Parts: sequence; C-alpha cells; structure tokens
Amino acid sequence: MESPTITASRSVSRRGEKRFHVEISKTGGGEVVAQGLPAWLSTLSAGPASARGPESASPQPPTRAAPNTAQTCRHLHSKVSQALRDGRVSATELCRKCIDQIQRTHYLNAFITITGETAMEQAQRADNRIRTGKPLGPLDGIPFSVKDNFCTENIKTTCASKMLKGYVPPFSATVVQKLLDQGAVLVGKTNLDEFAMGAGSTDGVFGPVRNPWSYTTLYREQSTEDPDSDWAISGGSSGGSAAAVAALSSFLALGSDTGGSTRNPGSLCGVVALKPTYGLLSRHGLIPLVNSMDVPGIMTRSVHDAATVLRILQGRDERDSTTVQAPSTPPSLPEHFDIRDICVGIPKEYHAPGLSTDTLAQWSRVAAMFEQAGARVQEVSLPHTQHSIVCYHVLCCCEVASNMARFDGLEYGHRSTIDSSTDAMYATTRHEGFNNVVRRRILSGNYFLLKSNYERYFVKAQQMRRLITEDLKNVFRSGIDVLLTPTTLSDAARYTDFIQEDNRTRSAQEDVFTQPVNMAGLPAVTVPTALSRRGLPISLQLIGQTLQDWKLLTVAHWMEQQVNFPMIHLHGDSDERKLDRSVRERTHTIGS
Amino acid sequence: MWCIYLFITWALLSSLPQMVGVVGLEVHAQIQSTSKLFSGSHVRFLAPPNSLVSHFDASLPGTLPVLNRRCVEAAVLTGLALNCTINRKSLFDRKHYFYADMPAGYQITQQRVPIAVNGMLVYSHFEGRRRNQVVTKSVKIKQIQLEQDSGKSLHDDEQSQTLIDLNRAEGQLRVDANVSVHRPGEPLGVRTEVKNINSVRHLAKAIDYEIQRQMEVLQSAGKVLNETRAFDSKSGNTIPMRDKEGLQDYRFMPEPNLPPLFVYESKASVPAGVDPAQVVVIDRLSAQLPELPSVKRTRLVETYGILQEHSFTLVNEDGLMDYFENVVQTTKAEPRKVIGWVIKELMGNLNSQNLKVSQSPISPCALAELINLAESGHISSSTAKQVFQEMWKAPEKTVGQIVKEQDLWMINDKEELQKICRRIVDSHPEEVQIIRRGNKKVLNKLMGEVQRETKGRTDPVQVRAILEKMVS
Repeated sequence: MESPTITASRSVSRRGEKRFHVEISKTGGGEVVAQGLPAWLSTLSAGPASARGPESASPQPPTRAAPNTAQTCRHLHSKVSQALRDGRVSATELCRKCIDQIQRTHYLNAFITITGETAMEQAQRADNRIRTGKPLGPLDGIPFSVKDNFCTENIKTTCASKMLKGYVPPFSATVVQKLLDQGAVLVGKTNLDEFAMGAGSTDGVFGPVRNPWSYTTLYREQSTEDPDSDWAISGGSSGGSAAAVAALSSFLALGSDTGGSTRNPGSLCGVVALKPTYGLLSRHGLIPLVNSMDVPGIMTRSVHDAATVLRILQGRDERDSTTVQAPSTPPSLPEHFDIRDICVGIPKEYHAPGLSTDTLAQWSRVAAMFEQAGARVQEVSLPHTQHSIVCYHVLCCCEVASNMARFDGLEYGHRSTIDSSTDAMYATTRHEGFNNVVRRRILSGNYFLLKSNYERYFVKAQQMRRLITEDLKNVFRSGIDVLLTPTTLSDAARYTDFIQEDNRTRSAQEDVFTQPVNMAGLPAVTVPTALSRRGLPISLQLIGQTLQDWKLLTVAHWMEQQVNFPMIHLHGDSDERKLDRSVRERTHTIGS
Repeated sequence: MWCIYLFITWALLSSLPQMVGVVGLEVHAQIQSTSKLFSGSHVRFLAPPNSLVSHFDASLPGTLPVLNRRCVEAAVLTGLALNCTINRKSLFDRKHYFYADMPAGYQITQQRVPIAVNGMLVYSHFEGRRRNQVVTKSVKIKQIQLEQDSGKSLHDDEQSQTLIDLNRAEGQLRVDANVSVHRPGEPLGVRTEVKNINSVRHLAKAIDYEIQRQMEVLQSAGKVLNETRAFDSKSGNTIPMRDKEGLQDYRFMPEPNLPPLFVYESKASVPAGVDPAQVVVIDRLSAQLPELPSVKRTRLVETYGILQEHSFTLVNEDGLMDYFENVVQTTKAEPRKVIGWVIKELMGNLNSQNLKVSQSPISPCALAELINLAESGHISSSTAKQVFQEMWKAPEKTVGQIVKEQDLWMINDKEELQKICRRIVDSHPEEVQIIRRGNKKVLNKLMGEVQRETKGRTDPVQVRAILEKMVS
C-alpha cells in the first residue's frame, strides 16, 4: 500500500528522485561549498537591481524605485513614541486613527475582533502616563494587534474555527500580557487559517485575508478585473497580522510561526517578520499547532521596531518550561556596524524549482549588495533540507492529533446538539467544529502515532529532523554568521489561483524555505526588498544561529537600509498617507 | 500522582497444580503535596468539586504543564526507599484516550524513561498455625513514574448524565492488577487487567478470583482474552468493562512541552549556571530519607529484645513506635514488659474505639507512671490493668489520684494479710478439709477468694505462703 507520506513527498519534492523513506546517511551535511557569490546567483546579479523576468522586454524597470522619503518612515515606533512623549501626537489620536484605518480597510478581512472600546481606554491611560512624564516604556500608547490564536483575557479567541467561536479565555498569553504591561494598546485580533493550519490565510471560518498590496494603485492599474475578484492572498497563517501592519492599522502585530506562518505572510505583505529562536519567547497562551516548533512571531514595519519588541518579549517564563534565559541585549541595534565582519551563506539547495525569476533576481541583487559592501559571501550546502517538509508534515500531524484532542465540546467551545451518547457527542462536535484541513491532519496524525506505525513515521521524522538541524549547525560552525535565502518561491498568488490546489499541497509549496528553520529552532527574519512586476512585495530571509537573534537583526537592519523598499499607497485612499505623513513630518521637525 | 509497577508470582492452589498465576501490579498513589503535579492549583481532601481547578487542569487551550519540584522529590524519595535506580534523566510522554475525566484527551506520564527503575521491596509476612513464623520475601519493582491524575466521573444514571470533578483523585491508593496464568518455564499467558481496585483486601480477592477464572477457562479449552475487567466487591467476581472495548492503542508520543527531567547526584554535579536550590539533588534527599521500616524493625528487636512480630505492629501503626520508645525511656520496667502494655492494653483500647495512636487519652508518661507503680509493687499487676481502664475514662486524673480514690494500694501489712487469710480459711472448712487430704489444687480457690475480698490488692506469692501455712 502506498503510504500517504510517500505520496506527499512526491508532491513536494519537485526533483522527484528523492523519497522520504531514504536511508538516513551517517555522513554529516552542511558545509561550505564554494567561496564567493555562487555562479548561478552572480550571473543574475550582474543585471540591474531589479526583478526583471526573462520574458519581460519592457525597458522600464518593473521594480518600482522607492520614494526617497521611504527611509525616513522606518523605525516607526521610536519616532512615534518620541512624538507621543513630546505631545505632538496623543495615544488616543493614534489609536483612533488605527481603528479608523481598520474600518476603512475592512475589505481586507484582516481582523476577526476589533477591540475599539477597550483600546481607547488603554490609550487614555497611556496619555495620562505620558502627560505626567511616566511612560511605561517605548511601546506605551502604541497600537498593536494579535493573531487570534493567542489567548486574550475577556476577549474572544477563536483560532478562526467554529470550534472556538465565542470562546473567551480567562487569561492572556504571556507575550500579549507583556505588551499590555508596557502600555501598548490592543486594537484587535487578527484573522488566520483555522488553528494556524495553512499558508494562505484562506482556510479560516471567517474567510480569506486579502493582501493590502493588491489594493495599491500599482496593482489595480495592471488589473483588468474588479477589486473584489482580482486580489492576492496575504499569505499565512498569520495573514491578518501581516495585513494589519502592512495596511497601517497597527504598528506591530503578533503572529505565530510553526513552519513559516509569520515569515510567509510577512514576506507577501511586505513587512518585517521575525521568528525568534525557539524558547526565547513564551508560548504560554498561544494555542498550539506544533509545540516543539511554535514560536510567537513579531511583525513590524522596520527591523528596528522588531528589535524593540523582541527585547520586551524575550526571556524565561515560569509558565512555559521550554523557555530560556535571554542573552543580554543592548538597548537598541548598533548604529555603527561593519558588514565586512559578516560571513553570509547562500544555501544552494534553496535554488529550488519553482523559484520565480523576480525572487531569484532579488536574492541575487541582495547577495551582491553584501559582497560589494565587503561581507564574505559563500555558497553552502544543506543536503537534508529537501526532506524537511515531509518530515514536518508527519510531526505536525502527530502533534495536531494530540493537541486537538482537548476540543471535545465538554469544557468550552462548540458542542453538538447530538447527545445520544458521549462518544456520539464527541464525534459530531469535532466533525462540526473543525474544517477538513484540521480533520485530515488529525486523522493522519493518529495514523502515524499508532503503535505499529510509530517507528516508521514519527521516529524516522525525528531522526531526519536531527540531521536537518545538524546541517544548519555545521554551516554555522564553519564560520557562517547568517544565511540569506528567499522567503517564498514568488510574490503573493492571486486568490483564485491559490485555491486551485488544496491546503496540504499549498503548505508544502509555501513553507519550503521557511520550514527547516523551525525544525532546528533557529531565529529567522524576513525583510521586504522590492516589488515584483505585479506590484507585490518580494522579501528575503536571513537565518541566524540559536540565540543570536540580535546579531541576526543587526544584519537585517543593514540589509533593510540598503534595499529601499517602498511605502504602501493604497488605491484611492489618501487618509492613511495623511496619518503617516503627519507623523513623519512632525518627526522631521524634532530631528532638525 | 505516581505509579509503581510491581511484578509478583502469585501462588494459588488449583486443580491444575502445574499452573501458576503471574501478577503485575500498577499502584497509583497520590503524592502528599500541596499542589498538583503539573499546575499550581492546590490539593485538598474533600474540597468541593471543581473548586481547585487551574486553567491547565481544565485543559484550556494555550496552557502548558509546569512540573512541580516537590512531586519529583517525593518520587525520588520513594525510589530510594524502594532500592530503585534513579534515572538522572527521565522523559515525559503523552498517552492518548478519550474519556470525559481526562479533558486534554491525553495523560502526561512517563512511559519510555521513568524517573526510577529496577527496584526491590523486601517484605515479611507470618505463616504457621499461630501466624508467628516470619517469612521474608521480595518483590521486584519495574518502575516508578510520575503521572498526571485523571479527574473523577460521577454517573447519574437517572438523568443519564456524567458529572466530572477535575479536582482529581483524593488521596486514595488505587491498584490495577495485570493477571495471567502459565506453566512455569513456558511463555507468559494472555493477561487481563483488573482496574481500579481500592483496597488491599479487594486486591487479594480480585487476583484470586481472576487466576481461578483463567485456569478454568484454559481447563475447558477456552481462550483468555486480553481485556480490562472490573472487580465487583459484592460478588467478589471480576467482570469485563464495557466502555473499553478491545485493545486500546494509546498512541504514545513525547510530551513536547516538558524538557527532559534532570536530577543530580550531588550539589557538585549540578552544572554551572543552574541554581542548586532549584533542582532535585539525590544526596540532599537521601539525607532526608526517614529510617525505613525494615531498619526500624531490626533496631527494635535488637535494642529492646522484643519479639519480631511485635516489631511489625510497632512500625505499622503510625506513631506507635515513638509511643513505645517514650514509655521505655521513662520507666524502669523491662522493654519486654512495656511491649505487653502497648500492644495489648493500648492497642486493644485504640482499636475498639477506632482511634489513632495520637488520639490516645493516656500519654506515654502516664502509662510509664502506671507501669512503675506495678513494677515497684505498690499496686498489683491486675490492679494496674484496672487502673489503666480508669485512666482511659478519666485522662484528667493522675495515676496516684485514681489509686488513692479507689483505694487500690497493695496490702503489704503482714498482720492484715494474716487476718484476711484467716477469715477465708475459717469460712471454707470443706475446702480446707480437701486440701488437707492432699488435693493441693483447691488452694487456688482460696487464693481467688482472697483476691476477691481485697480487690486484687495482694501479692499472690505472699498470700499463697500464708494460706499454705494455715491449712497444713
């Protein structure tokens, strides 16, 4: 009998020659293959720093140059928090604008719950503190949003599932509480794939999230269709959070990242998305997908902001036994940093089939930037990476089967009206409550965990997981500081194209570059670098060493400064620009 | 809660003498801790249902288990007491099954690498007609594992409802017995699991029944099914459990939310950067380990010269050994005399009124005083027993008060004794005649009369001497 694993591996391993049930080799992988920019990248990087496709004959660079002012509006937090403290803008004003923006962009379907009233109260309190000169910290009065799989006390937490519709947790996740304790203002809970299972934010009970970049003038001008039928997915599963930050409805958002769920939508929506080292941030209150890989993710509009948030969220939490002590972290990213001290690895296996020419061009352009600035750039090899996705699916399904067992309709959440017996109630509750993506994973997971299958699937996947981790460790041991890779194969797909394939296939395709990092627990950050010809963001991923999140962000910060990623301009929407400009202009005033 | 696995061979007389029963016990015991194994919520006997339930206990999504150090220490202490090897690194697993009193859908346990393994418990029991021959046996302990307790289900058949109390089990011991039969030397037979037995007496009955049943099944060429059974205490039978059909596949997997549990040999072996106060150190626990029962018993027999069987009673009864040693220290009497008082009088009274040693109305000091009076001859031994009962009823009075009030002092005055004996001899001429004819046994009757007359306040040796003289 063909096992589902083998079938699955065929669909992901596009080279087709490798299968999951390979002999696990004893030889270690993960070595430096060649010094300098790899040939396959350097030929491309010789061209203009654009994402030109081979079929494009247009003389005009399809990648839009960033406006000159783009740089100045990064570091939004520090500028905004300074503006707050100087009284040039009030927290209530900021909060009101974010809530207005959420409402104005409601068609994005980024939010499940908007917490306008409590947000305004929080903002009021922040204003009081700021007025008396006692702000709680850099985030006091800053509006943020949270993916709806983090528990929020007295605020509905649904996981975009019928199973938890109307569920109100009695406590807040540690990371949420830390932000609230810093005075940050929670404006809402964001949309996602049901229980974070997906890579498009298309498979939740509240419907798909739309990518804000498909509502920019640039995208709309190229589209011949109605804005309601032609739009791009946000990526997922934290699509709502990414869209909220991208559409300027929040200054920061929390996502969760199990196989790329923060970085994937971050990348497709053109925001900075950080997946910290596993264990650096508490998972207490994060409704789990895969406990051994889940990490709260941070989405912001600048690397600097991500660093500020990381500093606040990191550290041991006695309610999560897998958390670790945070390494000592300076108050902010270093202003002066010599990129020549950095060695950048380019994993050759990431030059994968299906990688779009736009994305490859960006990869090539940025790698060249590093090299030209004096960083050492080396091609490296991660031979076991190709098996990562299929192993991930085994491990993910097993933990899903286990983690979802508690949703039985007894204590909380949806309960079926069928109550002829306890078993019947369980079965119908779970059938009605979960979508077919969740149900399929539960079924597969229970199959893999059967006594007779455990060795063949779970144990083997764990062994492969160790080899993947070893690959990455070896690369870093050889002197590499960060790896530079694409985050996704291409820019965001059109929704109508995306749903042609099922969730399982899409997850396998979309997570291919992001997922190995979760296997190894390493930190990774994605930074938008340019817009594709369609006007959608293309981002690159930097992968760092365990607990070297700060160093990773330092390099990402340098990269961000070089790439000049443009600001978003939503089609027919001038108000958001007003908000943004008002902050920017006032900020300039202090600067001078 | 922890769980101890024991394996024993159970001998049972049967019609198939060549077959023996093999029994493995899964002993579930609750750890005496003020909070639960994986959550901060409290544990209290007879607390109202669901009043001590944390978010984790209710399996709210997003909650994580946090191991209670006190529980780990209790498990290590148990492991040391049962001569186990303490695993320096142990792991937690999830065991999956759907049951309403297990709200997460799985139980956190230690299936693969438990905290302690390969132990041995040496125990003794009494054989022989008078049950005074001590026989020492040993039982192997496979493992001790830390395990989350399930909730409690109450089935309301009338309204066809099940009520769940997530406070979890309350302080009781629960035993599952795995029973099979085979011929020695041959592979083990198919086993059944008799679940949720809650007393030692029921355990023995259930095992006896199950072995007998399996032998009968095999005798009639039937097959023993691998199944879970329940013990019905009314009939003394085991019956198949309906709700757990066939063999369960528990789909074990590692618990990803609990890192490996490390315990350290000594403070010196705690790695740098780890606070020794925050981890479990075996040395520190060994030092806290109280004197173990077998050591206690040997010491009692050697130090006080008491019978081995008495040493069992002293050790088994909570507080009795301390009571005994207290009395011994405050009296001049031989320990062998004190043990009689403690085992017969004290325990007799405690048992009849269902009291604990700590509830005894007679303190060790008071008993010592009483024994001293008897030893020094101020009261007779029979009077002493009478005084003991008076003391039990009126613990506020001293021994001296009771003796004085009831006029129980020993009659040591020779002349008075002579007078009393004369009265008895004179009033029993027939008996005196018989004695004089040679039947000395009848002297005992006269002695009894003297005892009755004096309410036992005389020394029998003296009385006998006087009486013998008078009738000769």
